[in-house]
Amino acid sequence: MRAVENALQIKVPTNARLIRNIIDAIQFVQDHVVHFYHLHALDWVDIVNALQADPEATAQLAQSISDWPNSSPTYFKAVQDKVSKFVASGQLGIFANGYWGHPAYKLPPEANLMAVAHYLEALDWQREVIRAHAILGAKNPHLQTYLVGGMSTPVDPESEMAINANKIAQLKQLFAKARLFVEKVYLPDVLAVAPFYLDWVEIGEGLGNFMSYGDIPLIDDFDPDNPEHMFFPRGIILDRDLSKVHPLDPEMINEYVTHSWYTYDDESKGLHPSVGETKPNYTGPKPPYDFLDVDKKYTWLKAPRYDNKAMEVGPLARMLIGYASGHERTKFWVDAVLTKLNAPATILFSTLGRVAARCIETVLLAEKLEEWTDELAANIAKGDLAIHEQVHWDPSTWPAEAMGWGYTEAPRGALGHWIHIKDGKIANYQAIVPSTWNASPRDASGLPGAYEAALIGTPVANPEQPVEILRTVHSFDPCMACAVHVLDAEGKEITRVVVMD
Amino acid sequence: MHLLGETLQETFTRKGITRRDFMKFCGVMASALALPKSTADLIARALESPKRLPVIWLELQDCAGCSEAFLRTPTPTVGELVLDVLSVDYHETIMAASGHAAEAAKQASMAAGGYILVVEGAISTADDGGYCCIAGKSSMDIIQEAAKNAVAIVAIGTCATFGGIPKAAPNPTSAVGVMDVIRDKPIINLPGCPVNPVNLSATIVHYLTFNRLPEVDKLLRPLFAYGAKIHDNCERRGHFDAGEFVRQWGDEGHRKGWCLYQMGCKGPVTFHNCPTVRYNNGTSWPVASGHPCIGCSEPGFWEMKTYEPITLYEFAPPEQFPSVEKPSREINPAAVAISGTAIGFITGAAGAIAYNALTNRSGHQKPEIETEEAEKSDHSDHT
Repeated sequence: MRAVENALQIKVPTNARLIRNIIDAIQFVQDHVVHFYHLHALDWVDIVNALQADPEATAQLAQSISDWPNSSPTYFKAVQDKVSKFVASGQLGIFANGYWGHPAYKLPPEANLMAVAHYLEALDWQREVIRAHAILGAKNPHLQTYLVGGMSTPVDPESEMAINANKIAQLKQLFAKARLFVEKVYLPDVLAVAPFYLDWVEIGEGLGNFMSYGDIPLIDDFDPDNPEHMFFPRGIILDRDLSKVHPLDPEMINEYVTHSWYTYDDESKGLHPSVGETKPNYTGPKPPYDFLDVDKKYTWLKAPRYDNKAMEVGPLARMLIGYASGHERTKFWVDAVLTKLNAPATILFSTLGRVAARCIETVLLAEKLEEWTDELAANIAKGDLAIHEQVHWDPSTWPAEAMGWGYTEAPRGALGHWIHIKDGKIANYQAIVPSTWNASPRDASGLPGAYEAALIGTPVANPEQPVEILRTVHSFDPCMACAVHVLDAEGKEITRVVVMD
Repeated sequence: MHLLGETLQETFTRKGITRRDFMKFCGVMASALALPKSTADLIARALESPKRLPVIWLELQDCAGCSEAFLRTPTPTVGELVLDVLSVDYHETIMAASGHAAEAAKQASMAAGGYILVVEGAISTADDGGYCCIAGKSSMDIIQEAAKNAVAIVAIGTCATFGGIPKAAPNPTSAVGVMDVIRDKPIINLPGCPVNPVNLSATIVHYLTFNRLPEVDKLLRPLFAYGAKIHDNCERRGHFDAGEFVRQWGDEGHRKGWCLYQMGCKGPVTFHNCPTVRYNNGTSWPVASGHPCIGCSEPGFWEMKTYEPITLYEFAPPEQFPSVEKPSREINPAAVAISGTAIGFITGAAGAIAYNALTNRSGHQKPEIETEEAEKSDHSDHT
């Protein structure tokens, strides 16, 4: 959509920009919380160990870190009873075969019980707050109100069938609820759990190169290279150097297929996505197989590079670029978390740094949701009811040929689409999604991607139960089924990640 | 919270929900399933069983959108109900285990048998299945192995049912749906992009209550959810019948909630219960949010032109019905020429437009309607 808008040089109306920003922001908030509690927490939290907790002491712990109301001994006792009954049923369901009791789990039973309670609360919370997407986008997941040129969500204070005062009030109620949970539960939990895992500030560092396309334009006539105009500034950080944010030049992006199941005429070179090719050529083993040969082609992911460097994208990249660009609230919250953990900014280059950055980003956005909703209401109040740029809707108005780059920051990181329009049709379309950057295979010169770099040197206590590997891979919020294999070759322990799907 | 093995009644008691409310919920489920109210007792008994029904949930060529939808199963009851009565033994995204430990959990559940197999995503059949492998196995091997001891298969979302987006031309992976590769098991198709989680829970409740799967159409879709066209139950149907159409995004008709037919709505050829159950705990659905239906639950929806109006072959019957509005005192000058005395004898489309003009609704035109008895749409005979 933004790729086409870019190709046709469409500027969307203010209401559409604001609605998109709000949809984005609550998407990040909901998605990050679901990732933390439901897709990542059980790498750090031993749910079975919670059975040994003293509910009284759990209540004291919870009350010491937050004034969230669900914190009585009775409450935690009830959660514990249910865990107990669940385990006793013998049907462990989604908790079956977790690495419970593994020595890498370091939380005391009370912290485990508190986290389990919040896992359950977050499950209810996420379902409720994301109703904001249904109000603005018809449904979640898969919103259906995005149009090239704007949104199909009508705004009209005088109509019950449009965004009106009633719907603004509903949104604000949901956003207040969203923010409360983030500030009273998610942030305190991360700050309470982190001190037990401080060794993880030295594990999982990875590339040290970070990239953000920038997103959430704060004014209509924004310049994406101006950090004042973007809530998430655009830029590049190289070699962990936070003293300089390099400008991003989209022409420097290339994709290699040296180790990917695609063909190029010359695979020693990368292709810019505007002229990119996606020609599948499966040369892997015939399934079923045990291992892939990583010296050859071994994945369906291409290897994107910026100026021939591998890049990490995602919350950590955004928070570092925001921090180094001098974004005020990012600096405030990053410094607040670092002060609380009594640690320098360099700890952010780590597995735990990614977990912290995701939480900080959630806090930053959660505190803007109501404000941006007020901004939308104020714009509607001015009498501006436009939601769509009408001029280019009819393809007969388009030029014979046009090229476009659509960029956004998704919760998982930089997302780019490139389009070539010819005679009103798509001549070429290429997408580089965030996980392609982070899970990238090696390129023509053998450079590894972010996951692989981050896993180098990870200590694994028990190769049969590699929870440590999961911690680092999950810290990136991977967007795919990923299989992790640990093999023992010639007595030497080798870890490798095999990414599939 | 339901995840932790209490019976549903206990969940309700803990939440301060009375037996009466629980029975009321069972009544709501009965009506969601288009069953008589008297079946509520039966549903209640089935839901109070402490043994949870095992489920193996496969993700193949998918985007996890249906898994996300499952997490949105609405409160306070349906989601808790589903998770309380199910034992989700394998689900890559939400299960705690990964890698070998996850595969081992699946093997154990498959060996025990008696599970419902939920499938999300299409199956790749090209190049020996190399396009979609999990743990070194092709999607075809994975589904055949998991189908073997399943009681029934519930294919959710348009990919698992009809091939979905992966099947869009040129379909490089030769993607197909579950019913194209599994022939010896009962299959229920719940298409949609993503599946509406209310329909998933209603299907499971139906199975638990009656110990059999719901009745389906010839595309294996349960009649309770896919038995009527979106157009038939659309909240904007009145505007269609009155000839009140959205012409441009954000125009007066769009802001007032008029019919989206002219903007390309596929409601007239789409069988789904979106208008009645909606999404996200009944909050909204595409038409209510101002966007035309894209027909996402129909086979081949990805080939339809989203913003082009579909062809209609018959008059909408209310065309010949009288208006409920009084003719305006202000006669439209253009309509005067038609002669007021003719109104009583008007038949057909031209007359209706003239009548609308006289009742000061001249700004809203009817769709271009083809009157010949043309070949019916592929979708019109699913029921």
